[in-house]
Amino acid sequence: MSKIGEGITPQSQEKRDLLVLLERAQSRSGYLSKRTIAGLAESLGLSISEVYGVATFYSFLSIKPQGRNVIRICKSLPCYLKNAQTIIEGVQREIGIKPGETTADGRFSFELTNCIGACDKAPAMMINDDVHGDLTPKKISQILKAYK
Amino acid sequence: MPEKRVVLANCGVIDPEDIATYINRDGFKALKKALKLKAEPVIGEIKASGLRGRGGAGFPCGLKWDLARKAQGDEKYVICNADEGEVGTFKDRYILENDPFSLIEGIAIAGHAIGAKKAYIYLRAEYRFLLGLLEGAIAQTKKMGFLEHLDIEVRLGAGAYVCGEESALMDSIEGKRGEVRYRPPFPPTKGLWGKPTIINNVETLMNIPRIVLKGAEWFSGMGTEKSKGTKVFSVSGDVAKPGVYELVLGSSLKGLVEDLARAKKVQAVQVGGATGKIIPYSMMDTPLSFETILGAGAVTVFNESRDIIDIVYRTMEFLAEESCGKCAPCREGTEAMAGILERFSRGEGLEKDITVLGELADTMMLASMCGLGQAAPIPVMDSLQHFRGAYDNRIRQS
Repeated sequence: MSKIGEGITPQSQEKRDLLVLLERAQSRSGYLSKRTIAGLAESLGLSISEVYGVATFYSFLSIKPQGRNVIRICKSLPCYLKNAQTIIEGVQREIGIKPGETTADGRFSFELTNCIGACDKAPAMMINDDVHGDLTPKKISQILKAYK
Repeated sequence: MPEKRVVLANCGVIDPEDIATYINRDGFKALKKALKLKAEPVIGEIKASGLRGRGGAGFPCGLKWDLARKAQGDEKYVICNADEGEVGTFKDRYILENDPFSLIEGIAIAGHAIGAKKAYIYLRAEYRFLLGLLEGAIAQTKKMGFLEHLDIEVRLGAGAYVCGEESALMDSIEGKRGEVRYRPPFPPTKGLWGKPTIINNVETLMNIPRIVLKGAEWFSGMGTEKSKGTKVFSVSGDVAKPGVYELVLGSSLKGLVEDLARAKKVQAVQVGGATGKIIPYSMMDTPLSFETILGAGAVTVFNESRDIIDIVYRTMEFLAEESCGKCAPCREGTEAMAGILERFSRGEGLEKDITVLGELADTMMLASMCGLGQAAPIPVMDSLQHFRGAYDNRIRQS
């Protein structure tokens, strides 16, 4: 079995960087399908298990189809202390799904995540790349409106 | 207690999108000075300053650079660790948002000092919103002709706490799972793609232009015997004014938490994030330094209404989730500890659990491959030491 990096010079490795390619594929099609994973493995001369291993290691990569917008609510301690639970429940009520699920219309995926580095504005969440802080349950519906 | 803005000197003062405002504040003077010198005197100045790594481990910065400079290798790399994933830490985000140019200048000096032609900034996926600002700042710096000796590239992480650990970070840049490596060899001799590499935290590199410009003596005039300079703290939790505060090392925790962040009725403070020490209120006079408590400067405050066991349980659950899984002591130990703590949080603890926690802690601290597993038991052991009563009350009475 080939090992990532073996026999490849740093220059060629940089161009063929698996994580970068996975990130690109994910932003193109929203998730990493079995076909994408197998295709990348073949073109890079890696085993499918190696590519699958990387694809499933990182929380921002997904092997399941994702909604057009991904909501990530921080569940770490500083947000927990500022009642993140009420935000989690608020989002759940607003879009009608639980963490780990995607709405039927494909508009939102909803996840809980670890510290996003916005503890000075706890409780906080990310929608796609945007950080929303100092949340209250009342603010949620207004924020979600901007994401179609 | 007064703040001392050294690292944060330009934050809120310059326009992070306009290099001219940085140049007006002595920007890139340190780089020009360093480029006129050979590597040895630059590293000598950093060594003499006593600067230690700000990412938590506190390794002497000049020594790290010297090892990389002396290491054999046709190619060498500088990596800036901007994978700020420690729970309760947001100081690097604040720095990147407000003063990307000082960081770029620090990286450029580091490249000259070790003889690297390529540098990476490894930015956590959660900070992707800063990518445009950072790449814009690099492009402006290049256009001004300050980066002729060094190419700086930003690499995005993809969501993994352990990638803030330097060997996992390198594996991630190489496109692999972010798993920890066996050491030795250490990065300054064999790092990224097996080449000599230095990995420095954002805040460490921010100090470099200041030291090169003002001198080692100025820098080492601040702080304690083994902790020179300032430290940037991220304060959150039960405080009226959460935020980023910069203090001379050796300042008291109490001053930071009560005077600056305006906390009231404090029960305990965790310093250093998920694997940080838990300090009860009675010990709040402890100075903040490498000799005592510091980590990467995360300060999470818990008031008297908080349940310490619930806090420690949640922290362990996080560590179990983020363990990379490569070594058994960490992978299994964090899971086992989380299971026990969960039972205590429900009031279903067993007498023998206390002994088991101690045994697990010994094994994890001794045999884990990296700081995650080695330090994971710290909050558990601290809470047992300072809040033993909370555990005893939760032992099942039957």
